[in-house]
Order: sequence, then C-alpha cells, then structure tokens
Amino acid sequence: MEDQYEPRIIAFCCNWCSYAGADLAGVSRIQYPPSARIIRVMCSGMVHPNLVIDALTKGADGVLVCG
Amino acid sequence: MDLEKCTGCGECAKVCPVNVSNYFNVGLDKAQAVFRPYSQAIPSAYAITKLDKAPCTITCPAHINVQGYIQLIKSGKNADAVKLIMERVPLPGTLGRICPHPCEEKCRRQEVDEPLAISGLKRFAADQVNIEDLPVPLVALREEKIAIIGSGPAGLTCAYHLAQRGYRPTIFEALEKPGGMLRVGIPEYRLPREVLAKEIDNILRLGVELKTNTALGRDFTLDGLFNQGYKAIFLGIGCHQGRALGIPGEDAEGVMQGVEFLRRHNLGQNLQVGKKIAVIGGGNVALDVACAARRYGATVTIVYRRSREEMPAHAWEIDQGLCEGVKILYQVAPLEVFNDGGRVTGLLCQQMDLAERDSSGRRRPIPIAGAEFELPVDMVVAAIGQEASLDGLKDAGITFSRLGTIETDEVTYATSSPGVFAGGDAHTGPWIAIEAMGGGIEAAESIDRYLRGVDMYEGRVRGIAARQRWREIPKDEEGRPREIMPTLPPEISSICFSEIAQGYSETQALSEASRCLNCEVCSECMQCLDVCQAGAIDHGQKEEKLTLNVGSVVLAPGFQTFDPSHLTAYGYGKYPNVFTSLEFERILSPGGPFHGHVQRRSDGKEPKKIGWIHCVGMRSHREGEHPYCSNFCCMAALKQAIVAREHIGPDLDMALFFIDLRTPRKDFEKYCVKIKDQGARLIRSRVHTVVPKGSNGDLEVRYISETGEVRDEIFDAVVLSVGMVVPPDVVELAERLEIPLSPNNFVEASCFEPTSTFREGIFSCGAFNGPKDIPQSVMEGSAAAAAATRALAAARGTMLKEKVFPPEKDLTDVPPRVGVFVCNCGLNIGGVADVPAIVEYAQGIGDVAYSQANLFTCSQDAQAQMVEMIKQHDLNRVVVAACSPSTHAPIFQDMLRGAGLNKYLFEMANIRNQCTWVHQNEPMLATEKCKDLVNMAVAKARLLTPLEYIIVDVNRKALVIGGGAAGSTAALGLADQGYEVHLVERKDRLGGNALKLHTTWRGGLVKPRLDALLRKVLNHEKIIIHYNAIVDGVTGVVGNFTSKLTTGEEINHGIVVIAIGGEPYRPEGEYLYKQNPNVLLSLDLDKKILEKSERLKTAQAAAFIQCVGSRSPERPYCNKVCCSHSVENAIKLKVLNPEMDVYVLYRDMRTYGERELLYQRAREMGIVFIRFRRLDPPLVEEDGGRIKITVKDQVLERPVSLHVDLLTLATAIIPHHNAPLAELYKIPLNAEGFFTEAHAKIKPVEASTEGIFMAGLCHYPKPMQESVAEALACASRANTILSRDFLQLESIISNPVDENCDGCAFCVDACPFAAITLIEYMKEGQVKKTVEVNPIQCKGCGSCMATCPKQGIYVAGFTPAQLSAQVEAALGLI
Repeated sequence: MEDQYEPRIIAFCCNWCSYAGADLAGVSRIQYPPSARIIRVMCSGMVHPNLVIDALTKGADGVLVCG
Repeated sequence: MDLEKCTGCGECAKVCPVNVSNYFNVGLDKAQAVFRPYSQAIPSAYAITKLDKAPCTITCPAHINVQGYIQLIKSGKNADAVKLIMERVPLPGTLGRICPHPCEEKCRRQEVDEPLAISGLKRFAADQVNIEDLPVPLVALREEKIAIIGSGPAGLTCAYHLAQRGYRPTIFEALEKPGGMLRVGIPEYRLPREVLAKEIDNILRLGVELKTNTALGRDFTLDGLFNQGYKAIFLGIGCHQGRALGIPGEDAEGVMQGVEFLRRHNLGQNLQVGKKIAVIGGGNVALDVACAARRYGATVTIVYRRSREEMPAHAWEIDQGLCEGVKILYQVAPLEVFNDGGRVTGLLCQQMDLAERDSSGRRRPIPIAGAEFELPVDMVVAAIGQEASLDGLKDAGITFSRLGTIETDEVTYATSSPGVFAGGDAHTGPWIAIEAMGGGIEAAESIDRYLRGVDMYEGRVRGIAARQRWREIPKDEEGRPREIMPTLPPEISSICFSEIAQGYSETQALSEASRCLNCEVCSECMQCLDVCQAGAIDHGQKEEKLTLNVGSVVLAPGFQTFDPSHLTAYGYGKYPNVFTSLEFERILSPGGPFHGHVQRRSDGKEPKKIGWIHCVGMRSHREGEHPYCSNFCCMAALKQAIVAREHIGPDLDMALFFIDLRTPRKDFEKYCVKIKDQGARLIRSRVHTVVPKGSNGDLEVRYISETGEVRDEIFDAVVLSVGMVVPPDVVELAERLEIPLSPNNFVEASCFEPTSTFREGIFSCGAFNGPKDIPQSVMEGSAAAAAATRALAAARGTMLKEKVFPPEKDLTDVPPRVGVFVCNCGLNIGGVADVPAIVEYAQGIGDVAYSQANLFTCSQDAQAQMVEMIKQHDLNRVVVAACSPSTHAPIFQDMLRGAGLNKYLFEMANIRNQCTWVHQNEPMLATEKCKDLVNMAVAKARLLTPLEYIIVDVNRKALVIGGGAAGSTAALGLADQGYEVHLVERKDRLGGNALKLHTTWRGGLVKPRLDALLRKVLNHEKIIIHYNAIVDGVTGVVGNFTSKLTTGEEINHGIVVIAIGGEPYRPEGEYLYKQNPNVLLSLDLDKKILEKSERLKTAQAAAFIQCVGSRSPERPYCNKVCCSHSVENAIKLKVLNPEMDVYVLYRDMRTYGERELLYQRAREMGIVFIRFRRLDPPLVEEDGGRIKITVKDQVLERPVSLHVDLLTLATAIIPHHNAPLAELYKIPLNAEGFFTEAHAKIKPVEASTEGIFMAGLCHYPKPMQESVAEALACASRANTILSRDFLQLESIISNPVDENCDGCAFCVDACPFAAITLIEYMKEGQVKKTVEVNPIQCKGCGSCMATCPKQGIYVAGFTPAQLSAQVEAALGLI
C-alpha cells in the first residue's frame, strides 16, 4: 500500500439526520479528511443492498450507510 | 446586521477583537461581540451586542472611540487604531503624550484594580505609524473661504475637520511657529517638537493653508477677513497672557510671566534664566517652568499658598518636579519682590494657614501673623493663571463672559457675531488640549452647516447621552495592575531636554490593551465591515420604535433561572465546582462550551461523582427564595444524571438530593424508574451545606436524611437544580399592560381560559402562566394562538399574497442541458477552494451547457441573473454548487419555477458545509472534492425528470370525538374560526368528567364555568352534536376523512380531534373499596362536597390515601392531579369542620407549581401528612364502625394507627375506549393504553398520522386546566390544515412499476406509514397483482425500494439509476 493511501468512501446519509449532522459538522467547522463522498438519501432505509455491492465492486474502499 | 444579507459565514467573528462571556453558554466560555447565538440558530445569521457608549468615550471631550482603538491595538492593528483616533482628532501622538486623560478617571477597570493606561496606549499606536503614510481622503472641493485664527489644538482640529469635508481653510497664527500652547507652552521633554511638527504637517497635507506671524488686531481684523471674501471665521486664539502677581516690586528686572518663560524657551528666543528662581503658583505652568529651569541648572523653589492636596497641577507632574530636585514651599504666599538697583534679589514670603473651604471647595489660605521670611532669589516667575488677549476682538460684535472669555452657543460654538465661531482656551478659559479639540470638532461641523445653509441644531446635543447600560464586570476578572511606562531617571532627565516618558514596548502595549473590560461590548472598531463581503453589517442601525396595529397580543416572555449566588449554604460562585443546572445543561450539550465533555471548572477534570441538589431557591419561605415549586426541575435533574452517565460512563456515581420527587408528566415516572436501574441514588433529604473538602476542588455535601440523621458525602462536582423565576422586566411589562399577577408574579389564568389574562385581547402562555416544562409550554403556545385568533377569524388570510409562476416547459424528448452555478459564498467557499477551476471543470462535464460562478448565489440579484441565464442558454436542469439543500433548496426551486422549469429538475452540490468548511486547511483536496461533488450532482441532474405536483383539496369540516370539557372546548374553538364542527358524544349529554368536579385547584367553582361553555357549544350554529354516537368506521386521510357513526350517519371532514377522556381506576377488593360506604374515590368526595353532604360535617376524622393503583409496576405513571386534588379537599374538610382530624397518606407530595402553596396552607391548618413506601402500603380495616388505618411512618420509622370516619382513595386515571379509535385512525397507544403524540416536545397534541389531534385524559392524566389548553392547542393546529383550500404534498414519493411488480407484498410490510396496499386487477384476461401507493401517506423514505427484489417500486427523485450514477461519478467512472 502506498504511503499516501487515501480510501474512497461512499456515504449514504439520511436527509433528516446524518446529512443534517454532516451540515452541522460544517457549521461547527469540525475538520475531517476529505476522503468521503456523501450521497443524500431520503432515509437510510432506501439504500438497496445492490447499491452497496455495486459501489464496492466499482471501486469504493468503503460504504457508509448512515441514518 | 441585515438578516436578509448575512450568510452566517463567520468572517466577522474571526476579526472581532472583543471577547466577552458567551451568553448562550451562560458565561462558561467566550464569544466575540459579533456572534452567532448558537450553531443551530435560525436564521443562520450573526448579531452584534452593543451597549451604551463606554465611560471613557463619554468622558473624553472629543468623544474619541477609546474602546475601539484599544481593541485594535490589542489586535496589533496600530494603523487602524490611529485611523480610528484620527476620525476625531488630528494629533494622536501629541495627545498620547500630553493629554491629562480625564477618560482614565472614569475607566471602570479601577473597580478591579487600576484604570487602563489609555493615553499611553494612544501614544504607542501613534508611534508605530508613520502618519504621512495614511491616505488622504478624496472629497469634492468646496469653494468657500474659511479663516481659522490660531493654530493651537482648537484651530488645528477645526481646520482638519473642515479639510476633510472639502474646504481649504487658512490658519492665521500670530507666532512664528504653529501649534499654539502645544508648541509654546509645553517643553520638549514632555512633547518632542518633531512629533507635533509631523502631525501639523499632516494637517497641512490635507490642503490647509498656514500663515504664521500674522496676528489678529496687529495684521488684520475680522471685518477685513470678511471683506476679503472669507465666509466663516473660527477663533481659537487661546490664553497666552499671564496674570500679574499684584505685589510690590514685580516690575523689577528678573520677574517674568510663566507663559512668557515657556514661550521664549520653546521658540528659542532670548531667555535669561537666573541661578536661584522662585516660581509662584501651583499649576502645570508653574511645574513646567520649574522643571525647565532645572534643566538650565537653576535652583528652583515653587511657592504655593495652599497645600499639595489643593495644587491644580497633575500629581505626576508634581512628582516629576520633586524627583528632579524642585523644592516646593507649601502654604507660602509672596508679599514683595526685593530688588537691588532694579534687579531681583529676593522674595518676601508669608507663611499661611488654611481655614475653612471656600466656594471653589479648596481651603482658604490665611496669613499667620509674624511668620514672614525672605527667599534669596535672582529671578521670580509668576504662574498664577492666564487669560485671553481680546484686544483684537473689540468692536467685532462679539460678547465676552465675566471671566474674559468668548461666549458661544453651547451646542454650535457660534459667537454672537454671525459667521464667527470660537473654541479652545479663549472660549473655556485655560484648560486642556483635548477640550479645545472637542470645540474644534463641533465648530467645524457648525461652519459646514452654516455654509451649506442647513439647520445648525438638528440631531445635535451637547455631549453623549450618558446612559449606563454597560457590560457587567466579570466576577472572575483577575486583578492585573497597569503597565508602568519606562521613563528617564530623574538624575538624567533633569539635566537634558530629552523626552522623559519612553513609551510602551509592544509586549507592554498588548498586555495593557488586553486589560480593557469592553464596557460597550462592540467597540465599533469597524474591522468586521472590511471582511463582510455580503455587506450585511450596518453599525448605524438604531433602536426603532414601531407602532403595530393588532387585534390581539400574546405574551410569551419566558423565565429566568433562580440565581443562587446569595445562598451561602451552597457556595455557588465561591467554589468553582458548584454549578447551576443551567450551566450543567450547557456543559452536557455537544454545542456547549466543552463540546459535550463534562469537566470541572477548577481543573478541567472529568467528575466521577456528581451530586444534584433539588429545589434550590424554591419551596422556601426564606428571604430571597420562592415558596412555589418549579415543576420541571426534578425531571431535568434526572435527565442530566442520565445524560452525564452517557458522557462519562457507567461508573459515574450519581446522587440526587430531593425533598419530593416530582415527575408527574406522561412517561416521566418511567424515566424515574429507569434511572434507579442505572444506579442513581435518590436520597430523600434536606441539604444543609456544601463546603470544600481538601484543596483539589472536591466538595462535601452535608445533609439531613429523612429520619433526621446528619450525614456527609464528598463529591467531585455539585449541581444546583435552580428553579424558574419571572424576570423583573416581565413584571414591569405586566404592570404596564395592567395585567394582575399572582404574589409569585405568574399570570393567574382561569381553568376554562388557560391562556387568557384578565385583560381582554391579551393572552399569555408558557412559564409566565406558571412554571412548566417544554411540552406543556409548546402546547400552551398553540392554545394561546387559538385563543388569540378567535376574535380575528374574519381577518384570517386577508393579508396573504399568492405567488404566480409561469407555465412549465414541456421537456418531452428534449436532451438534458445542465446549468452549473458555483457559489463563492463570499470567502466561505472561494476562500478555500479554487472556484474558477471548479467552474471550468463543470464546463467539461457532459450535458453541461453553461457554468458560472456567483459571489452569493442566494442573493436576490444572483437569482434574477440565473433566471436570465436559464432562458438564454435554454437550460433544463440546474445544479447549484453551494451550501446545504436543507436550508437553500427551496429558494432555488422557486427560482426554477420562476424560469418555467419544474422544481424537481434541480440538484445541489453541498460544497460549503460538507467541503470547504470541513477541509479549511486542505485547499487542493477541497477543490478536488468540490469537483467530484459537482460531477455527482450533474450525474444525477441529467437523469432528473419533471414530477407532477400532488395537490389535494381540503374538506374544511372538523370532527371532534368526545363532549367533555376538552372536546367541547376544541369544538367551540374550531367553530369560532368558522368551520363546521361535528361533535360526537357517546352519552346523551355533554360535560364528561368535569360534571363531577367541584372546584379547580385555585378554588374557582367548576359548574358555572362549565355550564357557560356548554351553553355556547349547544347554541353555536356551526356545531352539530351527535349524541349517543360512537365512531365505528373511518376511511381517507388528512383533508378528506369519512367517519361512520354507530347511528348510521357518515361525516366527511378534514381533521379529527379526539378527546374521549378517561375514568378512575376502581380498586375493587383494596382498602375496603365497595365494602365500606365510607370509603370513597376522589370524584365521589367532590360530589359529596357539592351536595353539602351531612356525613362530611359529622365525621370526626378523615384520611386520604394517594397513588392507589398508580406509580406501580402495572401502571407506571402519575396522575398529576391527585396530590393537589386531595390537599384541596382536605382543606375543604378542615374548613367545614376545624375540629376534624385530617390525614393525607402519600408517597411523594406532588403539588407542583403554585399548587405548593396549597400544601403549605394545609400543613399550617394542621392537616397531617404521613409518607409511606410503595412496598409498605397502609393497612385498612373496619374497627367498631370506624375505619382503622395502620401505616409505617417513614420519619418515625414505626407503624402508626389512625381511626377515621371517611377514607378517600386517590386512584389512577385509566383510559377508556381508546383502543377501538386507535385501530380506526391508526394512532399508536403506549403500554398503558394512552394515545401517543407524534413528538413529546414539538408535536404534543398531534398524532403521527397527519390530521389527527388529541386532548385531555385520553392522551395522559392531567388536570382540567391542561386538558382545556390542549383542546385549544388542537383547534389551533387543526386550523393550519383547515384554513387551506388545498394541500400541496411532496412529490418525492414511491411509484410502483407495474410491469416489474409481481405482487410479493414485501414492500407492504416494510412501509412504516402504511401507505402501500396490495391490489389485484384483470390484465390481459388474467388476475395481476400489484401495489398501490397512497400519495398522502407516503413520506418517500424508500424502505419499499430497498426491500423490493425486482425493481418494482422506486422513489421519484432518488431512483436506483440516479443513485447509481452518483456512485459512479463519485468514483470517477463518469
């Protein structure tokens, strides 16, 4: 593994809680690594298992379903 | 702050130098003067705290913004500090050296230690800045010629301000050098010549002309100036003429005036300085002469007729003189100057005594007979005062005062001669430079107004209105004496003319500046203006008085917590680890001062053992405390203990010291049980004192247990559960509005109008109506809205304006053309990420037809411009890369509709909150992430399709189920709003449980008020009553329900209010209930009281047993009503027959709020209260015709036997008939069978199914007043639906795909909103199963989509294809 390894993480965040939480982290200027890409969903319950598998097969190093 | 413009970016707070305690975190941490109240605050904008002008600025005669420049110096911005000073005065370096700083005398820092060294700091800033580098303001030139006579501080300041207004004034100076007394009266060791010269040059640089050696009277006259075309004249001629001594011999050679001595010295003119000099006088001139003469090598003696105490010279000047070897003879007056051949040889002096004080407040010198002596001197300098030389002003039409000064208007500085103004010493008499400058400023303003022909007085007053609303000095402000400015040692300073004071070093200046207490909070240093790109800050905003014409007023002024500082027993404010519950609440909050980490104030360590002390300041008759109970605090303490344990860990030792545990609200009792399971120790006790233990900050709590033992326990921290108090300003408000308050300052509302004050049209709610928690306050807020709008129903909606959008474009078969708008958000995005690079990148993404950057995309002008771009580039999908869709999507969606696009053709890339704000230190990576987020948004946007707006009509009728007090109130509330109401009652009459109640807890009779309510309901033309009816069938959803009644009727309605009441638990087989006729339930006793039953009068003893069937494992809830009800009835019995023995057997006495006073009164009347434990209940037996009760008294710890004739059981209130309605309307029930609200705090009367509301006992047990308030709240909430013609629903909902759906119905079970139904229909001759979605019930959560194995259902706007495209874009695959 390279020294500068940066994982690519796909995060599915619920519009009502975790997405709002990520917004609040911004308002509070909490710094974290820029390796996650957040996809807004209306509920973490809408994330089909296929979507997760799909993301991993296509090259995501991790998938976070947050809700 | 302009809230429309502020984007909440926070750049202002970064530069604000003022650091004050953070109000929101109750002073536990610091915030800037410009601040965002808290992170989730709405609107997401900043605010500025401004109090009254600081005492320094008020005191300064030139009103320099002292706090402002001190803060700038503190921030290292010396040039800005100098600019701020020079907004008022042109000579910062000069003033910083010679100003006697009256401001420092008023500095509030001296309440802590010593005043701030304001003058020294001013000098520091001026010394750091080359004044020539400051920019010259660009102003339009003005033609009018102005003459300034005199180049002293007054004349220079006047000229400076006129020059800044575009005038080009000419200064006429009689002497050869400009500067007036600054130049010729002050020696260079106090004010170096080059400092003054440079600052005067700077004034000339602005376009001021200077003519020296041109004296008024000698070289020109005022008339002459007017004839030469000068339009206005300022007289700043100063006081340069010394007063004569008036003693024999003063004509001798060697006698000189002090001002002349200094003038000759300062101008380098011929000056014969003697060897032995007597200086007569005690002012600054005397000291300056003395010190200057020392430098010429003379022996100097000051002769002064009073004592040092009376000397007018500044103390520091006297000290300096003494250090340099000047001798001072106090209480000595000159009598005669001796001479020899005309040359001074000596001074005959007279020793003086001091008698009583004269009119100047100084002691009057009187000669001591015979005490005369001669001082051998060769020079005598007189320095006993100066006056203006007014010779040149005679016959100029100018009036003079009795003291020989020029008289002016006190505001405008205009003299009696038109066009002539005056200021400085010639106007005030000899005084300080800063006063002269103040005069110069005002005169310049007047001259400008005079020449422009505008009102000289408008908006001007003398001085600043000296209100004193200043920042409180923090109690913990550490004493820190002022920095001592280095000076030349006297042995050196007295032999040379080098500057004595050396000025502060940078370290000293920064340290000194940080001592400022920021009295005004905002220092108006204006730094925020420079960084606010949105232009949202306006320091000129003023308090405005508005007059609003309204039909009703609702008062919701809230409360403040009790301040326990004066209660010495608890040591709050003295011991750092004693907190108030409000402080602790903030400490527990993730948005609090320590980000949710619990820590002690003394050492920042996490406490492992915390004690909570309940009822601090409450339930007490002591002075400074309150007799009532605050209702919410027991529960708040329990909650804090549980949350603290979540933060600190399961090992946290929690002890709660309480008197009665009062958790009467729905589900609170369960919480109480839960915390015991978590190991909290609930200690029934009275706390005696809290004292420090050891030196590490630990605290010892001494308390008295229930059984009277004194115990001690040591804690890491102690939290005081402080109660609610009505703030004094709210009491004042009530007085102004003539609203009577209870002795504890709460509104005494009636039971049937719980939110009405005694003044018609004024309503109140929340803690002002009595202490209460959040759910009840929120509920009461809605209730007050219902009550307040009742009379205004006709005006509803008359001020609304409807928004009209153009028709939407048809996009069938039109390929996507995406527009990308990237926001800079001022510096919030653009300051971190490379916005132009993102715009360029976006242009390269497929289907992107247009891309641009905006400074603020959400601004009005940007919106308009985007509509243009959409039209111009024929865009049909829009991506905004900016902040969060949660806050801003609706704004942009409206913009899309305005451009003729469907609002669902929009997507946001959250590049601020989720990128630049959280990767502030990684601009490169942040830019890359922004690009990815834009790519993801475009990937989704190109797959977006227009969605149909779902609109349903609203049936504007209401159904109210239950005709008790709550149901009737709700029905009346809705009918008064103009809606048709169907009131369904199971029985054949209205009134419910209320029919059985005698009085309310405040003692008001229920019956007449209930009758009045029911009469209104019965006679209301909009209310249709269905008696003997039960709802037994329901279809439809919010806006369009159809309910069937057992009477066969069908009612169509838009909403439903359920208020079907409850009933008392009947404890068959317990406590002789139904076995002995003298054992009653509470309501039975009410009935007996109502009937004035004989049995009540004959009974010798009566008892009440509380919590029968409640607060038990089967019914883990409290009734909330019975303690007050029983105590109230106990009092009634005692009043009826004072000889009767009355006992109340209870577990916790829950007379919350002002009901506590009932409990107090009952005890005073001799009613006996005996506490028992749940597991050790009273034993009730029949004994010779009486009832024998045996109970273990918890205080005595032994059984007690009572014989009574009457026993009342306060039994649980249980729901009745809730279950069938729960089934029909799909409302969840809690374990005890009560209806569950959508959210305990924010939706207290709404069911989770929209359009259904609940009030009264069917929701949870409560007193009638609260049931009635809930009923009003239901009416208010229902009105938000019924007042609309239609409901527009969210289109992001599930859509079945018939060809993929095989009817497996997995989704039906997965749907949390019961929105999906399985249906069958005939397709191509076969039965086809599929699902159908109810668009009103579906919330778009997509649980169905994730459950479906065959892609048979999807959520519009979040289709699998769209989500998948976002994933691919995120991974860089598209």
